[in-house]
Amino acid sequence: MFRSREFLLALALGAALALPAEAGEKPIGRVPTAEDIARWDIDVRPDGLGLPPGRGTAKEGEEVFQARCAQCHGEFGEAVGRWPQLVGGQGSLTWDDPIKTVTSYWPYATTVFDYIKRAMPFGDAQSLTDDEVYAITAFLLASDGIIPEDFVVDAKTLPTIRMPNADGFIDDPRPDVPKGEPCMKDCVAEVVVTGHARKIGVTPEDKARPATD
Amino acid sequence: MSETKGGRRTGGALDRRSLLAGAAGAGGALVAAAARAEEPAIPAELPEWSRYLGPGVDDEPYGKPSKHEAHVVRRNVEWLTASTQSSINFTPLPWLNGIITPNGVFFERHHGGRAEIDPSAHRLLIHGLVEKPLVYTVEDLKRLPCEDRIWFLECAANGGMEWRGAQLNGCQFVRGMVGCAQWTGVRLKTLLDRSGLKPSAKWVLAEGADASALTRSFPIEKALDDAFVAYAQNGEALRPGQGYPIRLILPGWEANMSVKWLRRIEVGDAPWYTRWETSKYTDLLPSGKAYKFSWVQEANSVITWPAPEHKIDGPGEYMIRGLAWSGRGRIVRVDLTFDGGKNWVTAPLQEPILPKALTRFYYPWRWDGSSMIMASRAIDETGYVQPTIVQLRNARGRNSIYHNNSIVTWLVNSSGEVENVQVA
Repeated sequence: MFRSREFLLALALGAALALPAEAGEKPIGRVPTAEDIARWDIDVRPDGLGLPPGRGTAKEGEEVFQARCAQCHGEFGEAVGRWPQLVGGQGSLTWDDPIKTVTSYWPYATTVFDYIKRAMPFGDAQSLTDDEVYAITAFLLASDGIIPEDFVVDAKTLPTIRMPNADGFIDDPRPDVPKGEPCMKDCVAEVVVTGHARKIGVTPEDKARPATD
Repeated sequence: MSETKGGRRTGGALDRRSLLAGAAGAGGALVAAAARAEEPAIPAELPEWSRYLGPGVDDEPYGKPSKHEAHVVRRNVEWLTASTQSSINFTPLPWLNGIITPNGVFFERHHGGRAEIDPSAHRLLIHGLVEKPLVYTVEDLKRLPCEDRIWFLECAANGGMEWRGAQLNGCQFVRGMVGCAQWTGVRLKTLLDRSGLKPSAKWVLAEGADASALTRSFPIEKALDDAFVAYAQNGEALRPGQGYPIRLILPGWEANMSVKWLRRIEVGDAPWYTRWETSKYTDLLPSGKAYKFSWVQEANSVITWPAPEHKIDGPGEYMIRGLAWSGRGRIVRVDLTFDGGKNWVTAPLQEPILPKALTRFYYPWRWDGSSMIMASRAIDETGYVQPTIVQLRNARGRNSIYHNNSIVTWLVNSSGEVENVQVA
């Protein structure tokens, strides 16, 4: 009854592996070539899987950074206006106002390469060469002393760079608040209003909104 | 001349109406003043929409809400972000009903602007640790077994501006990074089964086709459980702002992972630690450590009427309206307080009560005109109780940004004005 061993196996596994369409049928999905996949498969993992050929140093990166990044991120990565600050903030994560930057917060150097390559410059994504991405990564990491100025960043060296906040993350332990049946009666002796949104006064105003409805 | 004219000339009606409107103009103010003094129960004047023809059926091929509902729109908070292309807007919760969010006002969060995709040029690639990589067109996906499912999507940063104190005076801004829709599409499991997972498959990467090429990692267990590739929302194709032509949905988890404009699913044996699961969407604690992979959206609720956007129009009978939801499953109970949390009563829930979907509660209420502090508290089927902001701060400090699902509190003053406050 079943023509295909593969189908019987798939059935046994509770799965339905895509089969070649019957003669004359239109298949659902096409098998891509390796070149097809390579065109899109740009992601990079902390172990270096996915890093392309190429190389760059901080000195080379500085030039590209000034031309392609400084407009928003500032000459030194210190940020212009509300655009993200990229460097600095070391030791600030326990402060009341922590400064979360690439060098103070990001746990893996590979993520820097991955993100710049896929999404930067903002509004002109995937326009940088791999050498340029390696070089900008080197520029950012060197500016806070994570790597020396002359360090050559490439597919082999990037995964070996240890970021200052590499051990800064713990698995989600939630729920992390008290458990149990909630109180229904006489739960608190006194209620104190600790904050008023009106007093802060940062809510967008909107004339189109009716006062009452 | 007249604001409410239908806009179409139908016989002599428009001319005649214009004349009438002109004649009424002079006496208009006088009439209005009299009406305020003692307005009849039924307006004295026959309104023009009862006399003159409205637009015909060809007037509006894709319908819009009444112009009197123009305030029911998404809003953003300009100072939050450097650009509107990497920003968020908020669902107008205080004016919506039921559990389904209309597509036109469903909140949007973009990281590289709203991609406007030609579906004929869009593909979905499944590859990595699979026996057979496959590329699908949107039409291919519509030939596969499909399902309709109702789920909420909530941004991890919903309530994020309130970690340090009550800041935004609006229900829309305090809890509006959430929406709920009926999604139509294909289970991700169906696609993974067709490609055949290799035994080493442990993690999945989803990537969008927008200008940020947003990527998130998630475990294979979620991929084989309820992960979903949607092509329709509330009966019509996804809107471009929601990922047209296809998006991923990871029900109950922070919506950043429900990657829009989905173009690629890669199967691997370890997480990728993308920018969106390290630099962002991690919860920084006072110790300097941060939670990573904090995916589930814990139980949450908000009173949508009354709310800062609504003034209570005098003492009397009203219906308190609100929403509750949990990324862990069904809502089983919502409690309300009118004295800032000293005492609580349970509000009836409205059917349907679906897992990982918005759930409605309504509570008949009589306002006596006095000042009071009201709030709602949701409990889900795992027994999880929505915490106070004090409990959340005790656990995570004030710099988390994400996952603030604490109780939202409204202070009603004796004029019926409502303010977002925090209590201890």
